Formats: sequence, structure tokens, C-alpha cells
Amino acid sequence: MRGGLALVAVVLLGTACSGTGERHLIVGAASSMTEVAHRLADSYGLAHIELSVAGSQVLVAQVREGAPLDVVLTADAGTARALVDLGAVAGRPILFARNRLAIAVAAGNPLAISELADLARPGLTVVLAAPEVPAGQYTARLLENAAVSISPSSLEPSVRSVLAKVQLGEADAGIVYQTDLERSGISGVELPDEINPVTEYYAAVLKEASDPGRAEAFVAYLQTPEAAGILREFGFLA
Amino acid sequence: MRPATAGNIPARLIALATLGLVLLMGPLIGLLIRMPWTRLLGDVGDAGTAVRVSVFVSVSATAVAAGLGVPLGWVLARGRFRARAVLRAVILLPIVLPPVVSGVALLASLGRSGPIGSVLGELFGLTLPFTMAGAVVAAAFVALPFVALVSEAGFQGLDRNLEDVAATLGAGPWRRFRRIALPQALPALGAGLVLGWARAIGEFGATITFAGNLSGRTQTLPLAIFFELERDPEAAFSLSLVLVLVSLGVLFTARRAWSR
Repeated sequence: MRGGLALVAVVLLGTACSGTGERHLIVGAASSMTEVAHRLADSYGLAHIELSVAGSQVLVAQVREGAPLDVVLTADAGTARALVDLGAVAGRPILFARNRLAIAVAAGNPLAISELADLARPGLTVVLAAPEVPAGQYTARLLENAAVSISPSSLEPSVRSVLAKVQLGEADAGIVYQTDLERSGISGVELPDEINPVTEYYAAVLKEASDPGRAEAFVAYLQTPEAAGILREFGFLA
Repeated sequence: MRPATAGNIPARLIALATLGLVLLMGPLIGLLIRMPWTRLLGDVGDAGTAVRVSVFVSVSATAVAAGLGVPLGWVLARGRFRARAVLRAVILLPIVLPPVVSGVALLASLGRSGPIGSVLGELFGLTLPFTMAGAVVAAAFVALPFVALVSEAGFQGLDRNLEDVAATLGAGPWRRFRRIALPQALPALGAGLVLGWARAIGEFGATITFAGNLSGRTQTLPLAIFFELERDPEAAFSLSLVLVLVSLGVLFTARRAWSR
């Protein structure tokens, strides 16, 4: 019995305590930040960054249930505020980048989609981000600004799965972030500034951070000209 | 009559088994404790559309799984061919695959640009992704193994003398299956269908990957719970409890049918 119990205990402890190395941060990032977050961590000189990528709302739910995150990068002010309301944030969330929406279509734009109103064409398969995630909220604002109404075929759980459905050819078009367009198999259609909501990214240091000093230093770095350069390189406005 | 060794379970095994039980029951008890009981009926009422989609999709998927899974079970039980072990492994696969992998595989094959999906589209104008039919296919894909394997076990357990007698009296293979084997195996087949249905109604990963998420069309109860967790966690608790209770009820029913 001691053998069995010891085995169970060792396995549980081993998996629970892994990854407490030097210069190490656990960052929860909105899915649209996936690639740039790695680059930012590299250039900052973090030996290791553990990225937990999810929709911003999922990140909030994870923090609420005690996920051991040090820094959270959310894709809108609402989710940043939700973190503050939970009493989970040390200091205040900091605005560090902006983004825009765009239409993703199949490579070469075979259906000649040129503006938002084209997405209302009958017979077109359009997927949008669900209103539960920031991209979905921005999309709702965009459609409202343009007074266009679309009947989507699916409300996807993250902006990246919208992109995947277009990339795989299952959807004719989807609304994603402008920064998402740099990939194979899709083309982008830009949207005019008058209707395009500016999306905001906030960085928050959590009170429960394992090393608050290091977490704060990383968030401070996000506001430096060097970090802004990297963000611009990935298509963000910074 | 109890065998003399009954009740002789070593204390150390009881201790570990108890620990296992805690691991299984803990999350359910946690759900019960944090359950906003007063909201239960209201939350379930609000989720009416998802409940209807779930009932329709799971029942249709079970019907598909029955139509295809019982014949598969018969082939496994009575067929005499070498590739049977391979066939059984292939049938088992959806049980062990992560559901999201099942969804990706379905997209790759039955999606608009997949090899089968494009043919379906061209010949019949049928598109599966983002449709209720797609949700049914996803649920049937994961439910089929349960129906096939439980049917096989049911057919294996039959007394073959009856079939042999029927054969000497001139009954052909179809008649022997239809009139002799099928009626006898009914309790086992019923258990297989109930298990398949329970798997179908709980389907999440393959559904959201392959069929997408649209209220009234492809948003089943598990998908509604996933999105509700981000909007209103307490509502997600209520709906989760409903699924837990329904699944428990189903497993008890199936068990009764099984042991009969």
C-alpha cells in the first residue's frame, strides 16, 4: 500500500511542481497574441515563457478558478475590467497595443468580396467569432457601425478558429483581426477606418504572481519602443 | 450463494480504491456544492433551444449508429476472416481518440473541400459542416463504437444451437439473423444503444470542430455550457448538473438492461 500511495503522490507532486525555473513567467494570452507574445518574451530575454493561449473570457474564468498565471494579456477593455473586478490584478491593467478587424477570405479572393456588405450575400458561408470573446464583440460593433446584418453559419469559440475555417475552405469568409491575415491560404480584405472599431490589448500583473517583480518588469517592457517595434512588425498598432 | 472468499478485500486495496473514488466523485460533489439550486429551472428553461438541438441530434445519431453498428457487431461476432482484430481496432478508435481529433478528421474528409465532402456537395448539394446533419454525423461517429462493440458482445453470448437448428430447417443467413439472433440479443443491443446515446449527447469536441456553433442549428447542450461558462458560470453549473443527472440515469437504465 505504501508503494501504491507513494506512486500516486509522486506523480501528482511531480506534475504540479514542474517548471519553477529561473527567469520564467506563465503568461495567459488572448489567442490573437499567440505569435507576438513568444517574440516579445524572446527579445525581453526571458529564458522561458509558458504561454497559456485561450479566448480572453476563458482566461478570466481560469483566473477566477485560481489558475497559476503571472501576467494576463487580454484582447479588450471589458475582460481587463473583469479581472480587476475579481480583485485579481496588482495595480492597473495597462494598454499596450491596438489592432483592427479585417475580412479573411480564401487565397486570391475567388468570390470577389470587397466590402462588408458583400458578406450578406445569400449562399455565402460566413463564420464569426462568438459574442463571448472580444473578437465577437468587436465584430458586433463593426456590423452595427456599418449597419450590415449577416447570418453567420457558426459563432466560433476563438478568432483563431474563425481563421482556421476560412483557411480550410469550410467557410467563404470570416471576420478576424488584421494581424491574423499573415498566413498561407488566405487573403485579407481591409475595412475602412470609419466603421472599424479599434481593438485594445491590456496587460495585467496578477496579485498571485509567483514573482511579482519579474511580472511587472515584463509588463513595463511591453511599453518600451523596442516592444512597440515588434508589435508593429506583427501588424499591431503600438 | 456467496463464495467463501467474498468480502476478503485487503485493506490496502480498499484504501487505494477509496482514493480512486474520491478522484471520481470529488468534482461531482464540488458541482453539487456550488450549484445555484434556485436558478436550476430558469437556467434550463433558458437553454431550451440547446436542449432541443441536443435531443434531436443525439437521437438521430443513435439511430444512425444503430443502423450501422448492429451490422458491424454481427460481422465481428460471426464473421470468419483474419482482419477481424484490425477491424475491431478501427471500430474502437473513436473511443480513444481525442474528440477534437475526430472533428479534424471529419473536417478533412467530409468537409467542403475534403475528398468525400466535395463529392457529396457535387452530387447531392449536401454540405455537412455548420449544419445539423454535420452535428449528427459527429455524434454518430463517436457513438458507433459503443453500439458495435456491445452488440458484438451480445451476439457472442447467444446460444448458437438455435441458429444451427434453424439452418438445418432451411433458414438462410438473413432469416437466422433477423428471426433468431436479433430478438435474443435485444437486451444487449438496447444497452449498446443507451451507451451510444449517452456518448452522443455528451459530444463536444468533434461537434464544435466539425459542425461549428450556431444556436438552434448546431449548438448542443455541451456547447451551450462551454459558452455559458464564459458569460454566466452559475448557469453553466446548472446545465452541467442536468447532463450529469441525465447521464447517471441512462447508465443505471443500461446497467439494468445489461444484467437482465
